[in-house]
Amino acid sequence: MARNDLVTGNVWEQYSKKVQDRMNNPRALGEFTQEDADKAGAKLIVADFGAESCGDAVRLYWLVDEKTDTIIDSKFRSFGCGTAIASSDAMAELCIGKKVDDAVHITNTEVEAFLRDEPNTPAVPPQKMHCSVMAYDVIIEAAAQYKGVDRSEIVNADIVCECARKTRKDIVDAIREHNLQTVEEIVATTKAGSYCKSCVRPGGHEEKDVYLVDILAEVKEQLEHEKLEIAADTTQSGENSFDKMTIVQRIKAVDAVIDEYIRPMLIMDGGNMEIIDIKENIPYYDIYIRYLGACSSCASGSTGTLYAIEATLKQKLDENIRVLPV
Amino acid sequence: MEVYLDNNSTTQMDPKVQEVYCDSIKKYGNVNVIYNKGIECRKLLNDAYDTLYDGLGASDDDDIIITSSTTEGNNAVIKTFLDLFLKGSPKNHIISTVAEHSSIKSPLKYCKSLGMEVTYVGTDPNGLVSLEDIEAAITDKTCLISVLIASNETGAIQDIKGISAIAKKHNVRFHSDGAQAIGKMKVDLVDLGVDYFTWSAHKFHGPKGIGGLFIKGGAPYNTLIHGSKNVMGGKRAGSLYNNGVAAMAKAVEIANINLSFLDHTTRALRDKLEDELLTIADTKSYVPREHRLKNLVAISFRGVEGEAMLWDMNLNGIYISTGSSCSSEDLESSAVVEALGEKVEIANATVMFALSKFTTEAEIDYVIEQVKKAISRIRDISMTYAKQEAFSVHLH
Repeated sequence: MARNDLVTGNVWEQYSKKVQDRMNNPRALGEFTQEDADKAGAKLIVADFGAESCGDAVRLYWLVDEKTDTIIDSKFRSFGCGTAIASSDAMAELCIGKKVDDAVHITNTEVEAFLRDEPNTPAVPPQKMHCSVMAYDVIIEAAAQYKGVDRSEIVNADIVCECARKTRKDIVDAIREHNLQTVEEIVATTKAGSYCKSCVRPGGHEEKDVYLVDILAEVKEQLEHEKLEIAADTTQSGENSFDKMTIVQRIKAVDAVIDEYIRPMLIMDGGNMEIIDIKENIPYYDIYIRYLGACSSCASGSTGTLYAIEATLKQKLDENIRVLPV
Repeated sequence: MEVYLDNNSTTQMDPKVQEVYCDSIKKYGNVNVIYNKGIECRKLLNDAYDTLYDGLGASDDDDIIITSSTTEGNNAVIKTFLDLFLKGSPKNHIISTVAEHSSIKSPLKYCKSLGMEVTYVGTDPNGLVSLEDIEAAITDKTCLISVLIASNETGAIQDIKGISAIAKKHNVRFHSDGAQAIGKMKVDLVDLGVDYFTWSAHKFHGPKGIGGLFIKGGAPYNTLIHGSKNVMGGKRAGSLYNNGVAAMAKAVEIANINLSFLDHTTRALRDKLEDELLTIADTKSYVPREHRLKNLVAISFRGVEGEAMLWDMNLNGIYISTGSSCSSEDLESSAVVEALGEKVEIANATVMFALSKFTTEAEIDYVIEQVKKAISRIRDISMTYAKQEAFSVHLH
């Protein structure tokens, strides 16, 4: 989307009408007191999340009917930008009428979807998705308070990207399934890291325990290790194909074929050969050899003999082998 | 009513500058060719250069290179020293400040990636850099000091003459980013004692896409743009933006004439705005007036997030800027405001009102009224303002 990056986007132009409307006239704005709770025969919950230093902070008020665990009314106050106010407002409204155990499933992505004018047009630009994460967090805080448990018992601790709500498992699975090589590929495939970008690598807006770059490095190392193990196992059983072999295994395999089929022939003529290097030149495997003794001055070294060596290696090991005398 | 108060970011063109801009665009001959059609352009450029040298106090031994912007000039200065370093100079150290614009910080980061060292000197709670800190940072490897003359965000004006003297004493070259200077204070380049000075015309009612780079006679310089030697002796190749140059010269001339107007009328309006806004509870303004640009109020309203404030102002036709993280593409709050020793939450609550000579008293009265309304509405939504004592923080 190079053309679209040439003129800076205006975040406000990308706010949906619903976001703008809630910013101008929040519906669930306000608070409840103990008196309100007593009148309604409900339990009052007041939960805070965020901090002014992050640019956003929200306070959620619930009146919960303890007989049915149902949130009978919900209000908020918020320090923050338009997205923070609008998403807090929508979140508070979405809570009303829900059981506490159902309310904890209201995520920031759901709030964002609720604020869309058109089903396929995001309600806020990607970098502002971050400002809606609090809406999810404060519900967890309120639910934890109501149930008298620690928030860690409710929250999914495996979340790596809060904006897109992607877990570590989501990321690892995507890397393995699609053989992803760069964080950019992870972002494109999973949408994790595509919003506020804090989780991509250290140095972003917010400090994280784990970053996509770390997960990628770990999984790559694991995959490499698994490849080695598979290579070792299949070699033992004699079933390994040339393309799956490690470089050491390839050298040994080539040497073994040469020992068995080529060398005796060369030695009979007073010559010999050695392998100098094997290079992967996709889709080919280039095997560099050097003739020794009588072979080094033999004209057939670049024609008949060379053809015989290459044909034998192709037949015994891999169709894509090319033999090149040094 | 529409009120534009983002004049430290960019300004509207002065009608007299616009006249020069439109008239001179008709002269299209190639100035580098000997026929008569080129001569009319040569006169245009010569007149413009006379006005620039005269208006900014440059001597005939100095260069004023026409650039596209302050950013380009800043890059040219910094990369001159990068070029010397890459060609083997042992001087690998540049001193700058935390208050700089990204057009300084970003090329310095680039220099660092290629092996140079950079020291960023901090500012005090008034936004000022101390001369002692600058001097203490100098080593025998230092090749350049770069300090902006005034911050677009806090308006803090630095002691450029003082830093010049220190640079001279230690035989180090000195550059000042002058984007906020012309039109807001008298600029006499010889008197300032700088080796390099950079600016953009659109900051003082000139056109966008044109600026200047002053190079004191004898100071090292390596062009960013190589090409024909016909244009400015090869010091910045590429066909000149002739009518831009003529318009910039006119803008400098008018800016100098208008300095006394700024000093009386605009400053008085700024003071009125600031005094009125400070009557709002829990409000803090930055940098004492005597050290601040005369057209600027940088202020924070406790409990009012900057972008939310911009939103309400915009709805009422008032255009201002903020240091808030939420309004920036990268979600970073203003490093310049934070450098004042303020907490991040204050940077997130900071907004800037930058006046120009076109700002009227009726506009300021309207702004005062609308700001008071917005503050009251947003503080009503906010819980960090209303119930501070009860606000417990859960950091994420």
